[in-house]
Amino acid sequence: MNYKAFMAMLARDARVARRNIVALLFQTFLQPLMFVFIFGRVMVGSGYMPPSYKSLLLPGIMALSMVGTGIWAVAMPLIGEFQFTREIEDRLLAPMDISWVAIEKVVAGTLQALAAGLMVIPFAWLLLRPGVDLSLHRPILFAVVALLVAVFSACGGLALGCSVEQTHIGLMFSLVVAPMIFFGCTYYPWSALANFPVMQKIVLVNPLVYASEGLRATLVPQFPHLSLLAVFVALLGFNALFLTVGLRQFHKKAVS
Amino acid sequence: MATGIRTNELRKVYHSAPPLAAGGGGFSFAEKRSKGKQPKPEIVALNGISLDIHSGEIFCLLGPNGAGKSTTVGVLTTRVKPTAGEAWIGDHDVWKEQSAVKRLIGVVAQRPNLDFSLTAREILVFHGAYFGLSSHERNHRAAALLERFKLTDRADQIVRGFSGGMMQRLSIARAMMHDPQVLFLDEPSAGLDPQTRLLLWEIIREYNRSGKTVLLTTHNMEEADALCQRLAIVDHGRIIALGTPTELKASVPGGYLVRVRFGRHSPDLFERLQALSGVREVRAAENSGADLYADRGGSLVSEVANLALAANIELCDVHISEPSLENLFLHHTGRSLRE
Repeated sequence: MNYKAFMAMLARDARVARRNIVALLFQTFLQPLMFVFIFGRVMVGSGYMPPSYKSLLLPGIMALSMVGTGIWAVAMPLIGEFQFTREIEDRLLAPMDISWVAIEKVVAGTLQALAAGLMVIPFAWLLLRPGVDLSLHRPILFAVVALLVAVFSACGGLALGCSVEQTHIGLMFSLVVAPMIFFGCTYYPWSALANFPVMQKIVLVNPLVYASEGLRATLVPQFPHLSLLAVFVALLGFNALFLTVGLRQFHKKAVS
Repeated sequence: MATGIRTNELRKVYHSAPPLAAGGGGFSFAEKRSKGKQPKPEIVALNGISLDIHSGEIFCLLGPNGAGKSTTVGVLTTRVKPTAGEAWIGDHDVWKEQSAVKRLIGVVAQRPNLDFSLTAREILVFHGAYFGLSSHERNHRAAALLERFKLTDRADQIVRGFSGGMMQRLSIARAMMHDPQVLFLDEPSAGLDPQTRLLLWEIIREYNRSGKTVLLTTHNMEEADALCQRLAIVDHGRIIALGTPTELKASVPGGYLVRVRFGRHSPDLFERLQALSGVREVRAAENSGADLYADRGGSLVSEVANLALAANIELCDVHISEPSLENLFLHHTGRSLRE
C-alpha cells in the first residue's frame, strides 16, 4: 500500500466530484425528495396514508439515497474509465498494487454514500415535518449500520461497474437496480410482506432489505423491523462477497 | 542507477480478441464461455520474444500492425500478464515486483488515455502526486513540461476538447512527469504532423541524453532509422532481426532492392536475371513479379529491360529501393511493412 498515491487518488476523485457538484446533488437528492414529497406529503396530507407513514418512509429513503449514490459513484466512472479511452490507466500505473486503485474507488464511494445518507435526513425531515418521529437512541449502532450500508453500496458499485459493459448500463438499471429498489423494503417494512410469504423469503437475498431494515431499526425502532443481528451479519456478508467479486472483476479488466 | 530492459522467451496467447490493455483493437468483446465443445480460438500475440535492451539506449521495436509490439510493451509495463517467459526492468521482475517496476517506468500508450475529467495541468499534477512528488515539485515540473510541450495556453482547460496531437503531447509530458528511468512510447508519432514529430524526436533524444532508456514502437522505418541506436524487427510475435540500423541495412543481400513486374512469368528469364553482375538474389513475387536484391540500383534497370526485350516479355513496372529497413523486412517476410 502506498499511502501517498492512495490519498492522491482520493484527492483526484474529490476534485472531480467538486467540479460536478450541482449535477451530483440533483442526481442524489432529486428522486428521493420527490418520493418524500409525494408519499410523505401528498398521500399522507390527503388521508390515503396514515400520518405514521412519514416516519416509516424516512429510513427507507435514506437507504435508497445511500445505495443509489454509492453504486452510481463507483460503477459509472469505472464503466467509463475501462472503455476504449482507458482513462484509468494512469492510476493503474501508479506505484502501488492495483487492488488499491479499486479499494480507493470503494472508499470514495463510501464517503459519498455517507454524505448522501446524512444529508437526506434533514432535507426529508424539513419536507415532512411535522409528524416525523425519529429517535436516535442508539447513535453508535446507527453509525455502524450507516457505515455498513455505505460500504455495501460502494462494493456493489465496484462489482457491477467491473462486470457491466458500457452498452449494458440501461440493462443494469432495469434488471438489477430497479428490482433491488422495489423489493428492497425501502417504502414499506419487511413485515408488510407477510401476506406474500414466498416473496417475503425471496427478498431476503436483496441486500437493500437489510440496509432499509437496519436504518429503520436504529432510527424508528417503534416500527417492526428485522433484528439488528441479522442486519449486521447479512450486510457484512454481502460486503465481503461484493468486495471479493469486485476485486476479481477489476483485476480481469485491468490486466489482460 | 542505470536501468535496462530484459525479456526471456516471452509468450502471450490470447483466447479471445486482445483486450485493450494490450493496445489491440478498438472494441472490447465480452468473453464467450465455451462449454467444452469447441476449443477457444487462440491468438498467439508473442511467440518467444527475448530482448536485452541496454541502459541508456534508444531501442525500437519495428513491425507492422499486429506484430506484437504493443503486447511486448504491455508485458513490460505490467499491463499484460505473459503466458510464459520472464521480463525485467533493471533488476526487478516485472510481474513479481510491479510497484518497484512502475516507479521506474513512464508509459505513453498507443491511444491517448488521459484522465478526461481533469484539466491538462491537473493531469500532470495528480500524476506527480501518485508518484509521491511534493506539492512544490509537482507544480513546478508540470509548468515546465506544459511549456516544453507548448501546452501552456490550454493548461487549465479540460482535455476532452483537445486535438489528437495535443493529447499525444500531453500523454508524453505525463509519462515524463515523475522522471522515469525507462520511457516506453507505443507508436508515439502516429497522427502527429511533421513539425510536432520533429519536436517529439528532439524531446526523446534530449531525454535519452540525460541517461534514460527509451523503448519505442513504430511501423515507420524512417522514425526507427532516425531515432534508434538499436532496433528489433518484429513480425507475428517473433523477432526476425536485431541490430543497429546500419548493421541491419547492411545485412540485406546487396542492399538495394529492384522490384520488377513482367507481362508473364518465365523461369528462364529469372535465371538470366540471377546471372547479372551485382545481383545477389532473385525472388519470385506476386503477379509475375521478381524482387532483385543487388548491390546497385538504377544501373541494373537497363540490363533488366534488355533481357526482357530479348525474351519477348513485357516489362510492366520497375521500382528501385535504396538500402533500407523496409528492404530488410521484405527480405525476411516477403511482405512490405506498409501492407
